[in-house]
Amino acid sequence: MSKRPMLIARRSFLAGLNLSVGGLALGFFSDAEAQKPTSEPSGRLGPKPQTSSSVEEKSAPGLNPNVFVHVAAEGLVTIVCHRSEMGQGIRSSLPVLIADELGADMARVKIVQADGDKAYGDQNTDGSNSVRGIYEDMRRVGATARVMLVAAAAKRWKVKPEDCEARDHAVFHRRSQRTLGFGELAVEAGKLAVPKPSEVRLRPKSELRRVGKPLPLLDGPAYVNGSAIFGADFRLPGMLTAVIARPPVVGGRVARYDANRALAVPGVKRVIELPAPKPPYIFQPWGGIAVLAENTWAAMRGRAALDITWDAGENAAYDSETYHQTLIEAVRAPGTVIRNVGDTEGALAKAARVIEAEYHVPHLAHVPMEPPVAVARFEGGTCEVWAPTQNPQAARTEAARVLGLPEEKVQVHVTFLGGGFGRKSKADFVSEASWLAREAGVPVRVQWTREDDVQHDYFHSVSAQRLSAGLDEGGKVIAWRHRTAFPPIGTLFGGPPRPGDGDLQQGVKDLALAVPNVRAEACEAKAHVRIGWLRSVYNIFHAFSVNSFIDELAHARGEDPRDVRLELIGPPRVATLKELGIEKLENYGMSVEEHPVDAGRLRRVVERVTELSRWSDRKKDGRALGLAAHRSFLTYVAVVVSVVRNPSGKIAVDEAWVVVDAGTVINPDRVRSQMEGSVIFGMSIAMHGAITMKGGVPQQSNFHDYRLVRIREAPRKIHVDIVASEGAPGGIGEPGVPPVAPAIANAIFALTGQRIRELPLSRTLQV
Amino acid sequence: MSIRVRINGVDRELDVDPEMPLLWALRDVLGLTGTKYGCGQALCGACTIHLDGQVVRACVTPVRRADGHSVTTIEGLSPDGSHPLQRAWVDLGVPQCGFCQAGQIMTAAALLAKKPKPTDAEIDQSLGGNLCRCGTYTRIRAAVKKAAGQPEE
Repeated sequence: MSKRPMLIARRSFLAGLNLSVGGLALGFFSDAEAQKPTSEPSGRLGPKPQTSSSVEEKSAPGLNPNVFVHVAAEGLVTIVCHRSEMGQGIRSSLPVLIADELGADMARVKIVQADGDKAYGDQNTDGSNSVRGIYEDMRRVGATARVMLVAAAAKRWKVKPEDCEARDHAVFHRRSQRTLGFGELAVEAGKLAVPKPSEVRLRPKSELRRVGKPLPLLDGPAYVNGSAIFGADFRLPGMLTAVIARPPVVGGRVARYDANRALAVPGVKRVIELPAPKPPYIFQPWGGIAVLAENTWAAMRGRAALDITWDAGENAAYDSETYHQTLIEAVRAPGTVIRNVGDTEGALAKAARVIEAEYHVPHLAHVPMEPPVAVARFEGGTCEVWAPTQNPQAARTEAARVLGLPEEKVQVHVTFLGGGFGRKSKADFVSEASWLAREAGVPVRVQWTREDDVQHDYFHSVSAQRLSAGLDEGGKVIAWRHRTAFPPIGTLFGGPPRPGDGDLQQGVKDLALAVPNVRAEACEAKAHVRIGWLRSVYNIFHAFSVNSFIDELAHARGEDPRDVRLELIGPPRVATLKELGIEKLENYGMSVEEHPVDAGRLRRVVERVTELSRWSDRKKDGRALGLAAHRSFLTYVAVVVSVVRNPSGKIAVDEAWVVVDAGTVINPDRVRSQMEGSVIFGMSIAMHGAITMKGGVPQQSNFHDYRLVRIREAPRKIHVDIVASEGAPGGIGEPGVPPVAPAIANAIFALTGQRIRELPLSRTLQV
Repeated sequence: MSIRVRINGVDRELDVDPEMPLLWALRDVLGLTGTKYGCGQALCGACTIHLDGQVVRACVTPVRRADGHSVTTIEGLSPDGSHPLQRAWVDLGVPQCGFCQAGQIMTAAALLAKKPKPTDAEIDQSLGGNLCRCGTYTRIRAAVKKAAGQPEE
């Protein structure tokens, strides 16, 4: 157990601010817990924690060694998926891992979605950590049930458990060829003591039959016939739909309003003012005026008929053009040193040549295809919520807080998520629905419009980067200085305008560089909007600037960007904290012993992707290739894109290659689909993405001015190569994104000679 | 005012504001939630349905326009999810979050009804109005071709 990773909340600041959700360790794995008599909890899947499964299943007799697995007397195995499904395919992956350890036949496995409950440990589906964080824990969940079934069989046959094996939903005794199905053993097994974690041996990997093989998409049929229930689709009898007019500026409030015209709209039932939030805003409702109606259309019309005068508040001066300048000025002055090796200033001063560049990436919005939505029912002092949330425990905590209830009085059910990307980790929409349900006295469904979503998002942070390199006479890089400025996510939680360790690990502190003098500095930047985490977070702008800058250095030296890339990564090795010039590395919550900064792995993905894309032909027939590589979420990804200028003069990406080294993978097809999606997501960032502010108000409102890549812009082909590995698993949902934008910018330079230092490309090019 | 629409082969009577978009009549009044709201401005295609076999964006189509006509939604595309597109979508693992896929499939179904063997360019043009934030576009192309019985490459 000592090797088991600590299950910490994804964002270190959350832990620091005591907002961490989920335990530091899975309670069901403590040895003390394991020694309790088990006749009671076993055989019952409830009452706590509750799941969205039917009551009958919860009370069925059988084996129930922990909150994740239940084996019924008829043989049905129920596996709880405690992480949210938002497109990453977690429901098609994690339960399979458990079933493989158990030896269950997937045809006799039912997967149910967990409610928000600390009993499951951390449920925050975020930080690409559903597999990397709990791979071993989830195996142990299945293995525990297997050991108990085997023990029950051995007891009945009066043989040694070591002579038995569990597979195909049954236990076999090798010598006598006897067999007992899981169902026949479930009740007996349920009477045994749950073994200590130390007594539970995991299977050798070769016995995990499905892991690493193509796995069917569990929810595929429901997605294509319209029956999958997303948050937006959940309905209760007597429910009203609320559409809310929120203050246009963060921190603004209602000065006065007139609801008469809104109330005159047929179908409108109530108009309710929400309380104005106080900083720090965290997941509080924004305030504003809610219009509750019999249907969504009436609520939207009612809202349009409201007459509201707003007090804008202190953020009404926020202007993106001015702020851009503020950030650039910040990185032109020294900041707090966060990484230091050698004497960078001295080396820059005596360098034969100094190359410097500044990069800017704007605010971005998440825009999941399903805008935020939640349904809540408040009855008899308890609240029940149905929501597409990435973090049901945070949703539960926030609903309890806004209602002044203990958490036990709040139940959060998780629906399918129509996309998440970090937006649905925030519980503000759940909080709105819960509060309104109590006020209205009937079930309330809060529906955000797309305009609400774009205008009131927790925006990805705007940033400036300044990179400086000193070259000696031979062109060798002898000094590297990286300054970064961005308003950090911590500000949302009342933290200072300075990035923390968990922020700066994302492509600054954890960058392996074979350069003798390296210095990184963090500069201050004040937040004027709610800053949130967006898929791959700060890696977006750190990877963009670092990979672009390396390409600039290569061209300045007149050399192949791939060779310079490999030269700067240096020889295969583990880059120690000492080499990196840092005291500690947050390392996405995992130990550096298990997940070191491995320059060799980064080299290999670069070498592989340049082979596959035939890098030697990198400029040919009107197309040019661009390369970028990045380590994030403990996974190494290299991307090459091919860029062309089409007949209308537009720049387009016509082909992309992705090589990913994520260590052990459970479900290769979902790894591929995440990489394909990451290319498109990264292209949207590169080509189109920008939220710009004027007077504290976002200037974009829907997909016509906050554009996303469409099918006609999608590459003809996205090639994905997964490095075969037995190593500890890394993240998958996010690490594909960061290298995409710089690979495109580098390809554009190769094709046109134009260097892109500001995103999106649409600012300077036809895309 | 009562509006009569044939929805997925069944005659329905809707007693709603005739200006209400078909999307909300389907979702909120009839409980057919397979058709999704994504933008409300005909920008994303999540609400795509067929009106007399033609692709329309239900979010900007007032219910009065369907009066006396026939509507098909994802729930009515096939009785049991066995439309060649639905099968190809599952076989090739197209969906990620799945939210936009009903709209993608409805658009593609109308394309195949008109052009049984579409080219990549025709697929791109036809599906140009359907956004997917998860980025499943390359698999969507492959699945349309598979459903059309065309080789992938």
